[in-house]
Amino acid sequence: MTTDGSGARSAERPRPWAAHAARGRGQHARRRPSRHRGQWAAWGFIVPVVAYLAAFYAYPLYRNIDLSVRSYTVASFVSGDAPFAGFANYASVFRSATFAPALINTTLFVFVSIAFQFAIGLALAVFFQRKFPLSSFLRALFLIPWLLPLLVSASTWSWMLNSDSGVVNALLHAFGVAHVNWLTSPNWSLASVLIANIWIGIPFNLVIMYSGLQSIPADVFEAAAIDGASGWQRFWRITFPLLRPVSAITLLLGFIYTLKVFDIIWIMTRGGPATSSTTLAIWAYQFGFGSLLPDFSSAAAVGNVLIVIALLFALVYIRVRSRLEES
Amino acid sequence: MNRRRWWVTGTGVLLTAAMLFPVYWMINVSLTKASDMRKSPPNLIPLDPTFDGYSAVIHQQLPYLGTSLLVGAGTVALTLLLAAPAGFSLAKLRPPGGGLLSLLLLIAQMIPSIVMAMGFYTIYIKLGILSTVWGLILADSTIAVPFGVLIFTAFMSRIPGELLQAARIDGAGTVRTFLSVVLPVSRNAIVTVSLFAFLWSWSDFLFANTLDNGGSLEPITLGIYAYIGNNNQQWNAIMATAVVASIPAAVLLVLAQRYVAAGVTAGAVKD
Repeated sequence: MTTDGSGARSAERPRPWAAHAARGRGQHARRRPSRHRGQWAAWGFIVPVVAYLAAFYAYPLYRNIDLSVRSYTVASFVSGDAPFAGFANYASVFRSATFAPALINTTLFVFVSIAFQFAIGLALAVFFQRKFPLSSFLRALFLIPWLLPLLVSASTWSWMLNSDSGVVNALLHAFGVAHVNWLTSPNWSLASVLIANIWIGIPFNLVIMYSGLQSIPADVFEAAAIDGASGWQRFWRITFPLLRPVSAITLLLGFIYTLKVFDIIWIMTRGGPATSSTTLAIWAYQFGFGSLLPDFSSAAAVGNVLIVIALLFALVYIRVRSRLEES
Repeated sequence: MNRRRWWVTGTGVLLTAAMLFPVYWMINVSLTKASDMRKSPPNLIPLDPTFDGYSAVIHQQLPYLGTSLLVGAGTVALTLLLAAPAGFSLAKLRPPGGGLLSLLLLIAQMIPSIVMAMGFYTIYIKLGILSTVWGLILADSTIAVPFGVLIFTAFMSRIPGELLQAARIDGAGTVRTFLSVVLPVSRNAIVTVSLFAFLWSWSDFLFANTLDNGGSLEPITLGIYAYIGNNNQQWNAIMATAVVASIPAAVLLVLAQRYVAAGVTAGAVKD
């Protein structure tokens, strides 16, 4: 392992967001000769991606909407002539006893994950901001949880949280804490998947907040130190306000990504016991693929509810981003 | 001052150790004997290691690993083929509607995979490519293509315009300029996009489980999942497979750490 990747790192440091924005805008000003011929070439280069988006994003999404407004059974799924049902699938999903728990679990899962990932990631970023021996090597090691396949992390956590043979309960026992049925108790299953998901998300927050810190000029801190500000004051009065834009981006992306989480929960609890850790993503999967009698119409309806929520966050994200680029 | 710095390093080492404990535990369990698996308290250090788990991997999981390599390579190729020209166009040729395309790519990344999986499932049944490697490569590429276009666009917009003009004066057309000027200087972007495309397809479980379940060639994530699903109590074999499945991530971190950090940041900050 390149212990600190020193030579490499200086070449392409993670770019602070502000520099990106500025570069992007400079582009518009450039005038291009032979406009007409250029446009054909320009289109030629993006046609493959446009066709790809149409075939592999737009069409599946269209199919999904179609599934959700018809009442498909296994037979009509194959033949393709399901009767039109309008919003009946949505209505039955909203009336289902699982809807409220799934919505509450999704909300809890997203907000609690983000709160811990962000707070821990930011604290670590501030910690790693001081240059100390081995700092970049250790920071690199922190990326590992984020790079591991989710299935690997989820199965490792499953075994660590196993009620009888898990190391977590053994550790708690050593401190005299009573045995917890992490994955099999409805009171703890959501907490269990949260712990695993927070662990996985910390590196992402650390890396982005660290690069945000790097973009704050060092003399700002020096000036504050000369003025006699304590470390704590410097953080709340200077670092935190200056990090606000980058924090907004990180948090919004966190929301969007956490909303999609499926693998971890499915591997660890399958959404159970009962509905205690069922999120909307898990619920959609259960409808479509979780039993021998798939209900694709309900699955698509739940999936579309999830999309609407994701798009709301996406719109906020795009607005925040473009406002940051303007300022 | 110096002692203080070492004290900070000590704290850093402790924090890193705590963070990586689950990784250590995965390795520890992979080396634990089946008879010690249910011991309470568990063995903290594999003093008496067994390689039964790894021998199970070699005997049972090699085909899965091969499939994952194939799917990863296919995803990388498809992603580069689609994303690099599009990134060049958006960065340098400014096609009409380019802004809209960038916006759509941004939104595309936010669509939950479970929804995509259902759409693909219905389409794949019709096309008869359910449970095929090609179907899985197509599906996995949807995770990487939008990211790839955004990375290439960001990177290529930094290529100086003079370089492209010089090529044009020398008589190179747009295609030629792209192939012999832009691509060679975009090596870093190519590496970053390839790494992430490979890692994501290697790690994918949802598409594999919905679109390739029961296929003749299944990826490693399904190999592990089958182990768990069988109520198999051989946790050393499960964890040994997990360790082996983590190798690409480890290799990536050792060989390409700077690209990883750049990718995480750029992915969040796509411009």
